[in-house]
Amino acid sequence: MTANPVLEAKSISKYFYNASTTQVLDQVSIQINRGEFVSIMGKSGCGKSTLLYILSTMDTDYEGQLWLDGALVTGKDPAYLSQLRNEKIGFVFQFHYLLNEFTVLENVMIPALKLARHSRVEIAERAMEKLQIFDMQDHAHKKPNQLSGGQKQRVSIARALINDPLLIMGDEPTGNLDHKNSALVFDKFKELTQELGQTLLIVTHDQEFAKATDRTIEMEDGKVVGKVSSR
Amino acid sequence: MSWKLILEIAKALMLARIKQTLVAAVGVLFSISMFIALLGFMNGLNSLLDGMILNRTPHIRFYNEIKPNPNQPIQLSSEFGPDLNSIRSVKPSTSRLAIHNSRSIIQQLEQDPRVLGVSPKLAAQVFFNVGTLDLNSNINGIDGFKESQLFGFEEYVIEGRVEDLDQLNTIILGKGVADRMMAKLGDVIQVTTAQGNRIQLKVVGAFQSGLGDFDKTNSYASLATVQKMLGQPASYFTDIQVKLHDFNQAPLLAKELGTIFEVEADDIQTVNAQFETGSEVRNIISYAVGITLLVVAGFGIYNILNMMIYEKLDSIAILKAIGFSPKDVNRIFTSIAILIGLVGSSLGLVVGYLLGLLIDHIPFETDALPTITTYPIDYNPKFYLIGGVFGLLTTYLAGFFPARKASSVDPVEIIRGK
Ligand SMILES: Nc1ncnc2c1ncn2[C@@H]1O[C@H](COP(=O)(O)OP(=O)(O)O)[C@@H](O)[C@H]1O
Ligand SMILES: [Mg+2]
Repeated sequence: MTANPVLEAKSISKYFYNASTTQVLDQVSIQINRGEFVSIMGKSGCGKSTLLYILSTMDTDYEGQLWLDGALVTGKDPAYLSQLRNEKIGFVFQFHYLLNEFTVLENVMIPALKLARHSRVEIAERAMEKLQIFDMQDHAHKKPNQLSGGQKQRVSIARALINDPLLIMGDEPTGNLDHKNSALVFDKFKELTQELGQTLLIVTHDQEFAKATDRTIEMEDGKVVGKVSSR
Repeated sequence: MSWKLILEIAKALMLARIKQTLVAAVGVLFSISMFIALLGFMNGLNSLLDGMILNRTPHIRFYNEIKPNPNQPIQLSSEFGPDLNSIRSVKPSTSRLAIHNSRSIIQQLEQDPRVLGVSPKLAAQVFFNVGTLDLNSNINGIDGFKESQLFGFEEYVIEGRVEDLDQLNTIILGKGVADRMMAKLGDVIQVTTAQGNRIQLKVVGAFQSGLGDFDKTNSYASLATVQKMLGQPASYFTDIQVKLHDFNQAPLLAKELGTIFEVEADDIQTVNAQFETGSEVRNIISYAVGITLLVVAGFGIYNILNMMIYEKLDSIAILKAIGFSPKDVNRIFTSIAILIGLVGSSLGLVVGYLLGLLIDHIPFETDALPTITTYPIDYNPKFYLIGGVFGLLTTYLAGFFPARKASSVDPVEIIRGK
């Protein structure tokens, strides 16, 4: 079975039009295959976040083509893209973005409630399972602002997992954590790929982190400069 | 996309800002309740005033006007014939004030299906002789039973009984007249008609219509009493008063019947046009005030939503990142506006009703209105409907622009801004 690549970016360029026009991404082409754990490395300001926002379909203002799961995504309407994100993409931010109005458990449940593929009871059970993966089940009924940074980040990853997405993306998800928590989150990512075959695309500028992934995409000034396989 | 989730999120956002949400809802509550109370009160007053004047006024009044004969002798002369003739100093002819053929007119009117009732009247100019003083006054000869039935005469007889008028030579005095003459129930007063006839009448009651001037110059006696005073037969009436089933038909019927009977016919709309105008102006004022209050409440909602959106930009960005479409986000904030509106409006309607009840119990006693003891309130369901609809409409509009703004939040911009 020759599966489609999970994600394929073809010659993506991005410009910012402020006082002057600046090109932030220059003909970026990358391909992520099923089950891969890929990292993106590069100096601060080289365009990693910008690229990730485009790949996650949140930013639609770019040149080039983006394919997800064998379907062209470029040019689709916002409602379609929202549905796609909900169903197929899990996103983990550098700053643990959780909804403080809801409990930890509800935060994890919301993308699944939105998708409405399962009943509420089933969703609650699944959310609990995901929290267990990250050892957060005891905090399920707390509000996010009662948690530490590392704990919040683990909850965000659990949320990203709730709809069994095709791909999880992270923008420096450990960038704001201490070494111990970083290691913990990294181990969980590793576990996800190895045990569940989860595809991951993680931006980082942690050398060690990158080395431990299946493949690292190196970026410099908006260009992909080399693909280093670490294994 | 399930509304349940949308409402759940809307609820959570409101609870996170419960104080401001309550303030916004109370704003709506306040304006709706004021709207209801104001309209109820204004319309209560309107119908009170209408009742004071319009219910007591015949829908059509037939009478003979004293005017020059339209057929002057010159037109019969062959010398002047059909030319345009100009005559100066024409005097009214000595035709009677009484309506010709009054019996048959009344009979025809009573058979007309559009007519609710007919009450003939005989107005006479008299003097009341008090010591050496002669007070000018009108005596209205009426059928006490019909007058009460059609025009609520009974309601403003404050002393004595209308039935006592059925005895010959009795009179019910206007309160102003009675006060001037210091006449009490049972007194006998001396009356001189314009023709010079002197009669003695027994006072059997006093009335107070609420119109002071009227009460100073008017009194009521039975038709027979006045006819006897004037030395006229039983078919002698000066006015035929008609009440219709449908008040709005008055102008049309007045014209039609006036032509048939060959008498003057005034309809209530023409005679009392100014009352309609007064009611309308009061109505316009109450709607204007009510709607202004609502608009102010609308701005309150607009503010709270804008503030909420500004504070919750992060939450909106997350919702969008995890798959909520712009439409979903719009629905969340529109729901917040409508929920505030729904709670505020429905409580406002209840409080408005209670305010009405309260006003309804405030004593309001005035000599001019003997039957009224508290402020009048109109509980017309129409006001509640209008208030509710307007409340929801304003809150929806107040939520419209903030919701649109929220739906167009760019998550990338927010997330990058961190
Ligand atoms: N809204 C913007 N307008 C103009 N330039 C921007 C804007 N956002 C980011 N940039 C620029 O784009 C470049 C790439 O930014 P970013 O993708 O955040 O880099 P990285 O995530 O690799 O640190 C930077 O030089 C940054 O200054
Ligand atoms: Mg970045």
